[in-house]
Amino acid sequence: MTSHSLFSAFLSVVRRDLLLAYRHRSELVNPLAFFVMVVSMFPLAVGADVELLRRIAPGVIWVAALLASLLSMDAIFRSDFEDGSLELMVMTPHPLSVLVLAKVVAHWLLSGMPLLLITPLLALMFDIDVDVIWVLLLTLLLGTPVLSLIGAIAVALTVGLRKGGVLLAILVLPLYVPVLIFASAAVDSAASGLPISGQLYMMSAILFLAITLTPWPTAAALKMSLG
Amino acid sequence: MNTPLFFEARQLACIRDDRVLFSGLDFEVNGGQVLLIEGPNGSGKTSLLRILTGLRNPDDGELFWCGSAVSELEAAFYQDVAYVGHMNGMKDDLSVEENLKFAQALAIAALGIDDSLRKVGLDGYQTTSIRFLSAGQRRRLALARLLCTRKHLWILDEPFTSLDKASIKMFENYIEDHVAEGGIVIMTSHHDTGLPSKIVKKIELQS
Amino acid sequence: MMKFLHKFSSPPYFYSISGRMLPWLTALFLVLLAYGLYGGLVTAPADYQQGDSFRIIYVHVPAAWMSMFIYMVMAVSGGIGLIWRIKLAEIVSISSAPIGASFTLLALVTGSLWGKPMWGTWWVWDARLTSELILFFLYLGVIGLYNAIEDNRTASRAVAILALVGVVNIPIIHYSVEWWSSLHQGPTVTKFAKPSIHIDMLIPLLVMAVAFKIYYAIALLLRCRNELVQREQGSRWLDEVLEKV
Repeated sequence: MTSHSLFSAFLSVVRRDLLLAYRHRSELVNPLAFFVMVVSMFPLAVGADVELLRRIAPGVIWVAALLASLLSMDAIFRSDFEDGSLELMVMTPHPLSVLVLAKVVAHWLLSGMPLLLITPLLALMFDIDVDVIWVLLLTLLLGTPVLSLIGAIAVALTVGLRKGGVLLAILVLPLYVPVLIFASAAVDSAASGLPISGQLYMMSAILFLAITLTPWPTAAALKMSLG
Repeated sequence: MNTPLFFEARQLACIRDDRVLFSGLDFEVNGGQVLLIEGPNGSGKTSLLRILTGLRNPDDGELFWCGSAVSELEAAFYQDVAYVGHMNGMKDDLSVEENLKFAQALAIAALGIDDSLRKVGLDGYQTTSIRFLSAGQRRRLALARLLCTRKHLWILDEPFTSLDKASIKMFENYIEDHVAEGGIVIMTSHHDTGLPSKIVKKIELQS
Repeated sequence: MMKFLHKFSSPPYFYSISGRMLPWLTALFLVLLAYGLYGGLVTAPADYQQGDSFRIIYVHVPAAWMSMFIYMVMAVSGGIGLIWRIKLAEIVSISSAPIGASFTLLALVTGSLWGKPMWGTWWVWDARLTSELILFFLYLGVIGLYNAIEDNRTASRAVAILALVGVVNIPIIHYSVEWWSSLHQGPTVTKFAKPSIHIDMLIPLLVMAVAFKIYYAIALLLRCRNELVQREQGSRWLDEVLEKV
């Protein structure tokens, strides 16, 4: 198999998943609505003190993004597993890890990127400065793909189980810790006018590590779930 | 097909939930042959087919495709093998044409999509969503998938389920054609097949 | 070496040799434990700052060391099981998980008990405790995943993949937590200043660490034998063993 056909296989997987999502476009709003709702719960819980809200906003938005990503994650392999398309994807001459990466890319475009689009709105609700909003968006841009990549491993491990929901969260949340720490710290530092390049370098390093490393265990886990 | 194909299993064993389904299973099937796997329910037919596709690891033994171990071939093996399982592997929300196009994108295309659909009697359904197809039509679409990609080894798990007599006949004809061109078919079936006995090889799994 | 490993990993051989090793290990463990506890609780001098409350390190520190060590064992043996399909490696991997989780919990509880006299609260978000907590979560995931998958061998493979992913992540998690803690709390409170530990305090600590390792070996062998008997039901060697009993 040539690299050209591998690339076109990659693209056709992305295209297929986007097309499938387009056929169910009403469902795309759900994780987004969840994200907004979780964030809106916090002022109700801790009070409307603007100072306090501004201080906790980066953490709140990031935790909500984590949960929204987790919630939408389960769907990434579920339907392919149930209708047998996953078996056929394993049985192609292309490395499964590449096709898995394509699925994660499609999934991120559908569930991670929309979070970026709605975040400025939420940030305004918490009275975050415009400069800081840019940093927040940058951390989401670097961080949410990592969430999808790591989440895919856990979904692949649990896709064969009838009740995977809570287990998925238990498997994935500890692995999300570094992203959460660096991302919210970057936003925090930006808000107090401190340099943030260190955090952003760390996040970029984690992103590249995740892109290169996570497709392998995900592919192995999918084969295990099918076997 | 230039070089003659052959597929060989040596000492295969399958254990499921601490129960030995089969062990020490040997067979060889050559280009031009249909291998029919028979046996009562629960004798491990589907498990055997899944082992042959590489989706499941055998608990013992090894498979050889044209002389090389399948465990080492992987990609090259999957270039040659097609599988129709209990599930059709088609997306309900995509149209017939979109599904076949996707199948072609992940393999080497053979027959055009329109031609393959014509051959299985689904011409005119190109833009229909799979959701609206009957079970028999979906099965015929799975056959069209076999025809539109170039694969030498077909592994078919109960391919005739929910097909009417005429469709079974049609499916059998294409199996015969495939074998006549030097391909290999390995299949299970509850029905008596109308395939000519000189191309059919049988193995029987005990329960 | 490979030959020895291969022989050792055959279930009948493992079963018989582990049975012979257990009494010796138990005796060794009891001796070391007695010596370590006596040294730690009686002969070691009280800390000039913390008084006697520092003595909890003789449980806390070895437990924390074990929690990391066992995770490594779990991941490495899981990896071996995954690649070479050695049954015993799979069993070692999964049998380690509950033991490792217990040690982690022990480290958390003792750390928290220690925190009360030292910091005045039961819990501080200090880097070590937080890392330990996340490690505990990782163990919970491994155990949860194993219990959720019915087929033993599939479950072992799933757990091995997860443990390997965890092992790659642990340094990153650890680093990020250290960094996070230094960011939010200024310099971390170091629990015991490394260079200044008195030799009379150190020796019992090391003895306790060895005792804990041997305890792990005992618990591991017992669990492995148990798991092995369950998995190998109906095999000939097991029937022979059972007849003798």
